[in-house]
Amino acid sequence: MNTDLIIIGLAGVLAAAAPVLFAVIGETLTERAGVINLSVNGTILLSAMGSFAAAYLTGSIVVGFLAGMVIGGLTALIIAFSSITLHQSQVAVGFVMALVGRDLAYFLGSSYMGVSGPRLPAWNIPVLSQIPLVGTLFFRQDLITYLSFLLIFVAWLWIFKTRPGLMLQGIGERPAAAFVRGANVNRLRYLYTVLGGVLVGLAGPTYSLSVKAGWKGTISGLDGIGWIALAITIFGGWNPLRAAFGAYLFALLQWLGVVLQSSLPGIPSQVLQVAPFPLMIMALLLVNIGNTEWIERLLAGMPESTRRLIARLLRALRASPPAALGVPFEQE
Amino acid sequence: MVDLRARWINIGFQVLAILLALLFTTGILLLAGAPPLEAYRQILTGSIGSFNKISDVLVAWVPLLLSAAGLLITFSAGLWNIGIEGQITLGAVFTTWVLRSLQDTTLPPGLIITAGILGGMLGGALWASLAGALKTFGGVNEIFGGLGLNFVATAITLWLIFGPWKRPGIGSMSGTEPFPAQLSLPLLPGYRLSPWAVVLGIAAIVLVYMLLQGTYFGLKLKAVGKNIRSAFLLGIPTWQYMMLAFILCGALGGLAGAIQVTAVYHRLIPSISSGYGFLGLLVAMLVNFRAIWAAPVALFFAALNIGSIQLPIVLKLDSSLSGVLQGVLVLFVLIVDGIRQRLIHKT
Repeated sequence: MNTDLIIIGLAGVLAAAAPVLFAVIGETLTERAGVINLSVNGTILLSAMGSFAAAYLTGSIVVGFLAGMVIGGLTALIIAFSSITLHQSQVAVGFVMALVGRDLAYFLGSSYMGVSGPRLPAWNIPVLSQIPLVGTLFFRQDLITYLSFLLIFVAWLWIFKTRPGLMLQGIGERPAAAFVRGANVNRLRYLYTVLGGVLVGLAGPTYSLSVKAGWKGTISGLDGIGWIALAITIFGGWNPLRAAFGAYLFALLQWLGVVLQSSLPGIPSQVLQVAPFPLMIMALLLVNIGNTEWIERLLAGMPESTRRLIARLLRALRASPPAALGVPFEQE
Repeated sequence: MVDLRARWINIGFQVLAILLALLFTTGILLLAGAPPLEAYRQILTGSIGSFNKISDVLVAWVPLLLSAAGLLITFSAGLWNIGIEGQITLGAVFTTWVLRSLQDTTLPPGLIITAGILGGMLGGALWASLAGALKTFGGVNEIFGGLGLNFVATAITLWLIFGPWKRPGIGSMSGTEPFPAQLSLPLLPGYRLSPWAVVLGIAAIVLVYMLLQGTYFGLKLKAVGKNIRSAFLLGIPTWQYMMLAFILCGALGGLAGAIQVTAVYHRLIPSISSGYGFLGLLVAMLVNFRAIWAAPVALFFAALNIGSIQLPIVLKLDSSLSGVLQGVLVLFVLIVDGIRQRLIHKT
């Protein structure tokens, strides 16, 4: 394989990671506020189908993207209402919505299967796209992919460098303390759950109107991505930069699976397509194992120098969830 | 405090939830431009319209009931065993493995089938203990560990079907070479239903009911689920109990997989779990984790699944409508229950 093909392939990886990025960063914002939105897989499928249908019927790509965002926001609103206002289990409602979203997408989408519809065109950025290598990689994408690049940094700045971001961290870590400081915890949780849902909803049209244009029902290859996005959120340690790394790694592994298929004829393609999943489990294990007691006990028995080295390694990998994740907050 | 009036109000709210779910599904049918009443009629006749259909419903009921029974154990221990799909799949893989290894021996078929089913239960239990080990020793939440393991289970199945266990000639999505007829659980003549499978399903739910309601073990398991820290302080070995809950649930999931191989498909197919694990989670949630209701609710869900097969044939609609109805039913039950509790607390 020559260099040009590899560069084009890698540019494809950056585009393919865009929907995963939207979902992962949306979920990161929601979980930072202390709410788990487990519906991601269903939301992506339903918003992919719904936005394709909307764009197909109206002929407008913009309407398509808006429809996807509305679907994501509404799904998140149901979860926020059930968990924050009604105190039902976030995990239960989220899981149900994951299944309902998927089945609704397959039921309502059957008449749009395999129909050819509008697709977001590539938009080469003048001057920058002429730079060798870098130009092909970053500046010959479409608008939504550029937006995904931008979102990583905006989300990171928002969480770690602004006052509202500090408040966001507060309501996820110590809601009672944030409440004392004047934060309306539950209203903010509503806000970030819906905002996160809108971003997850953006992942749908990014597939059906850009990366994998069209709607192909059960063979769209989208079923399962949402669950991966939830795993990447943890792998990313609720930090947009690390989450972005996870999303790109996942897209890269999927691409490698396709590329390697030709050189490994003994392995069926379906196996290579799921290769990232066991690697994700390994990653989750690495991220979490530093938090367990028995590792701490094991380390305590080791000679000083080894202990320090391993402890430092584990600390670098470790990610702890927001302390109040999944815990409802009762305002007095 | 559960007086007669409160109980009637309770039932009233539950009926409301069912009506809302039907209303929503009807709206979806109208949105798809389909005649709602005709769709419901097709589901009804497609599920209880003939003895053949009823037997098909029972065929679907057994794996669903087994998954729900297993999940009641893990839910009691406060665990979200979303990895049940993979446990069913690995059960089917292990059963196929045992049957393949023994089918050319001179052992009596009854013995081979029994070994296959026990192998399936072992496979499911092993896969579940993996999710359990990830949780207890790796700190990986069982939801994410389980989901990942589901995908790995699917990959293993596909690899076996297209690789080492492929049909003579070329592997295909239709699965492995079917087993000879004597390696099938005995079926009712003329039907696809095995009475043995039904007996196993009923035995499982009865055992789980007794385990959770009538034993000291069940009580301790629930203590772990309600408050793990106090359970630990009371001297209950918490992680061992959680692990045991995973293993028991995995064994029942594995049994479901074993039955899919020995009584339904007679071979390993790519999607052998058929989503019964996730559906079992819905059943367990809908019965609010009370074992006694699991059997009728699972039967109702199985009827919806079988009945909706008529939809693509007669009305050109997708059969996923049953999933929509099942999901929104659970959703509205949760929401309406939340509203009821809010109203009670207000007054």
